[in-house]
Amino acid sequence: MGLADLLGSWPVWRQLRGPDRLGLSQAVTSPATQATASPTAEADHVAASVCPFCAVGCAQRVHVRDGEIAHIDGDPASPVSRGRLCARGSSSLDLVAGPARETTVKYRAPYARQWSQLDLGTAMDMIADRVIAARDASWQERDADGHRVNRATGLAALGGAVLDNEENYLIKKLWTALGAVQLENQARI
Amino acid sequence: MGSNMAENHPVAFQWVVDAQRNGARVIHVDPRFTRTSALADTYVPLRPGSDLAFLGGLINYILDNGHQLSEYVAAYTNADVIISDEVALPDDLVKLLSGYDPDSGTYDATAWRYAGVEQPVVAASGKRGRHPDRGGGETPRGREVEEAERDPTLSHPRCVFQLLKRHYAGYTPERVAELCGVSREQFVEVAEALCANSGREATSAFVYSVGWTQHTVGAQYIRAASIVQLLLGNVGRPGGGIMALRGHASIQGSTDIPTLYDLLPGYLPMPQAAAHPDMASYLSALTAHKGFWGDIDAYLVSLLKAWWGEAARADNDFAYGWLPKLSGDHSTYRTTLAMLDGDIAGYLLLGQNPAVGSSNGRLHRLAMANLDWLVVRDLVEIESATFWRDSPEVESGELDPGEIATEVFFLPAAAHTEKDGSFTNTQRLLQWHEKAVEPPGDCRSDLWFVYHLGRRIRAKLAERDDPTDLAVRELTWDYPVHGPLAEPSAEAVLAEINGVDAHGEPLAGFAGLAADGSTACGCWIYAGCYAEGVNQPARRTPRWNQDAPASRWGWAWPDNRRILYNRASADPAGRPWSQRTAYMRWDAEQGAWVGPDRPDFPASRPPDYAPPADAAGPAALRGDDAFVMQSDGKAWLYAPDGMVDGPLPTHYEPHESPVRNGLHAWQASPARQRLAHPHDPDNPGSTDPAPGPPDPFGPHAPPFPFAITTYRIAEHHTAGGMSRFGRRLTELAPELFVEVDPVLAQRRGLVHGGWATVLTARSAVEARVMVTDRLRPLPVGGGVIHQVGVPYHFGYGGRATGDAGNDLLSLALDPNVHISEYKAATCDIRPGRRPRGAALRRMVDEAADGHHHKGAG
Ligand code: SF4
Repeated sequence: MGLADLLGSWPVWRQLRGPDRLGLSQAVTSPATQATASPTAEADHVAASVCPFCAVGCAQRVHVRDGEIAHIDGDPASPVSRGRLCARGSSSLDLVAGPARETTVKYRAPYARQWSQLDLGTAMDMIADRVIAARDASWQERDADGHRVNRATGLAALGGAVLDNEENYLIKKLWTALGAVQLENQARI
Repeated sequence: MGSNMAENHPVAFQWVVDAQRNGARVIHVDPRFTRTSALADTYVPLRPGSDLAFLGGLINYILDNGHQLSEYVAAYTNADVIISDEVALPDDLVKLLSGYDPDSGTYDATAWRYAGVEQPVVAASGKRGRHPDRGGGETPRGREVEEAERDPTLSHPRCVFQLLKRHYAGYTPERVAELCGVSREQFVEVAEALCANSGREATSAFVYSVGWTQHTVGAQYIRAASIVQLLLGNVGRPGGGIMALRGHASIQGSTDIPTLYDLLPGYLPMPQAAAHPDMASYLSALTAHKGFWGDIDAYLVSLLKAWWGEAARADNDFAYGWLPKLSGDHSTYRTTLAMLDGDIAGYLLLGQNPAVGSSNGRLHRLAMANLDWLVVRDLVEIESATFWRDSPEVESGELDPGEIATEVFFLPAAAHTEKDGSFTNTQRLLQWHEKAVEPPGDCRSDLWFVYHLGRRIRAKLAERDDPTDLAVRELTWDYPVHGPLAEPSAEAVLAEINGVDAHGEPLAGFAGLAADGSTACGCWIYAGCYAEGVNQPARRTPRWNQDAPASRWGWAWPDNRRILYNRASADPAGRPWSQRTAYMRWDAEQGAWVGPDRPDFPASRPPDYAPPADAAGPAALRGDDAFVMQSDGKAWLYAPDGMVDGPLPTHYEPHESPVRNGLHAWQASPARQRLAHPHDPDNPGSTDPAPGPPDPFGPHAPPFPFAITTYRIAEHHTAGGMSRFGRRLTELAPELFVEVDPVLAQRRGLVHGGWATVLTARSAVEARVMVTDRLRPLPVGGGVIHQVGVPYHFGYGGRATGDAGNDLLSLALDPNVHISEYKAATCDIRPGRRPRGAALRRMVDEAADGHHHKGAG
């Protein structure tokens, strides 16, 4: 190591000579820090996203490496959030890739004390059968006063405030076509 | 008011702090001292449930001191309209407004008529169009509102302006102070600051959240704030308005494209069985004479075309008959009671956790145990998925898994990073999020779930020949799918929402919609979000390359407009009210409205325009009809229709309150909705508190002497599904706590860090005690009110566990919107943990029966 290199490794020297005169960033980095790369630096791909928690709608960047999400941070370009995320928004990686996440279908049979396993396709088919049966069993063509109502009163759903507009649109469309009027979400809670 | 913005909308609060640095004054009026209060210039603690008295006091202060922006009020509001003399005036605040039927507990809005107008005026929102006798015949467009008697001098004793003065005359600073638990000086300081920072030269804004909506008179809170803002000229102008801060990523979107029982997309009311048997009666009841609700036929027909395509034809009423019809209230709490009655077979929970989030959670858990089947779609195993195994009712012995017949399907959901789609934020801004990775295992988007469920149902129904299936079989349901999971294209759904013109080209905006069936559009207010075939919500021009309203970031409905009613940012002649508050103005040379935003007005209509006598809809708007959604073009200080609990906001106490109403002979709103059920008893002594000063520790104190409010904290999200199961946020806020003031703690023997049990007739909840000056004893009615504060995020599942705070609350609802009164009820609090097993219910039942042991103090 030459003298210049030696001097250059001395933080005081770097602080005096470099742009970081206050010694708050580059001037005071150690070799260990220099060897650490930000998870955002090596991303293969960055997806534009939006925080899934509250309705401020802070912009997120989702950094993907090797097919997995390496990091989620705020997007400085956003006029809404200027790159900031609060405690909740900053926990998004924990939300989407944390250990609590469930990844398999679970089924609880009548009177059972535990979950059992079920194939997704089977579950979808069973749910479709049950929707049709509940609709048939509760179909009302007319109400008590004789007015035509064309509805199924034995079906209900709750949810939507954390879903996408496109998802809510399909839910409302299908539910209404089925005649199921009891469709509600957090806006009522 | 009614918002803890710094903690619940933290990143938005940076703009408030920025404004403060630029000289704005920030005032926080709220029961609890929070981080919002800490950063405000002025903090005013007020009693939970008294905000409307405070707002009424502001209205009185403005009118009493002549602080209204008179030119604005005269031109843009209905202040000059004379009200029918059949309307009994609430001038002494003892009488009720007319139209009240004590037997049904409801008002008849036809009693609130404008003088000279026989038919009810069509409201732009709220509960509307319920009058089957309205319209039809010669005047289907309700032109008669033009005939309303008016007094431009605003001096007629029955004109709206004078009526407001009389209605709020009793809301003097002294009475407001005494009712709200604030000092007269503090109230006047707020009123003066608000008036001094409003008018031609300046604007003031209100911010509220669920602290206002979750009351039996919640919608009237917002109405009262609207009156304040309209009198001061603060609506439609930059820096003005009323900002509703909503709590969830797309709760605004789920209201616009509603997963709500009473709406169709774009705030079209769901049809009512009695009033709207066919499209003609629907349109006759809901078409406004002037303004953009005049074109409701185009919005509805285009929606039906989007849903039923070729099967929706002029000769079959565009398939209107396939829409199910309502008879009254089918809201979530009603539905829960129907479950308890065994009337609901199947229930789908799509990212929602009623076992924790809803009022009286026990009632919801018992209801779910009475279903045939339940589908839960969520990221984690929320309490609503495990109630049959882990709920407090299983622990108490009320429920036994071996006796619960409910089949439960838990389907893991895809996260926002695993799907394409748009959220609509609290400013009506649609923002697209891209899929970053594929969802793991069985996880799927709700788009996938609904599309494939619909596909399977349609295939099964195609095999039988039942005419009631036609609405499902003829539904347009062909969406392109892609990828290994056969994920439907979210962008194709967005394109359907946007709609197409007669040539199949994407619509540029809702102005292009027609009522003849030539256009299709899934949500008229979103028309334009896919203009030119471009995904507008996905636009992300960086803020450093933007115009002032950042109009190239995402897309705001309607028409990418950032400030609604911005015609009112100019005076009646089209000039800015002041250079400082300039926004949109009329440019006579160009013959157009110009400014940084899209004008919320016909673009080339001059300020002095007078429409021909036979004009209807948007064409009938005069040049100064700034409120383009209103059927008379004017903002309503007095609401002749739309509200079911009165045309003028009035202070009523919460359903359960520790004090008597100091302003009105009626204690609580006579029109409030109380869903009676044995599992949801009232706190004895709280719906009809004794007269006289509240004395919570005296020998005659009621059994539930304290005001309780439930709320959120910065570190958790709603019912906890997205925050309590992870590692990061649970580390920040690991368990439930209850906030009490030092006096209450001392009198009830509560120790900081120790345990306490909060009790109502519904439930008992244990929590760690936090003794804090953030909650203050408030002087009210000559006595004192103590508050108990309980965060509601917690439940028995996940990593951060605790009792569910909302278990304490009841189904006392706002009759307009059927939202429960989370923000103000009564409770008792005792030291120590709650009992376990069957003893828990014994304790609660005794409390509900009024056999109550007096506390230590
Ligand atoms: S980061 Fe925080 S403030 Fe921003 S949207 Fe998410 S939860 Fe809301």
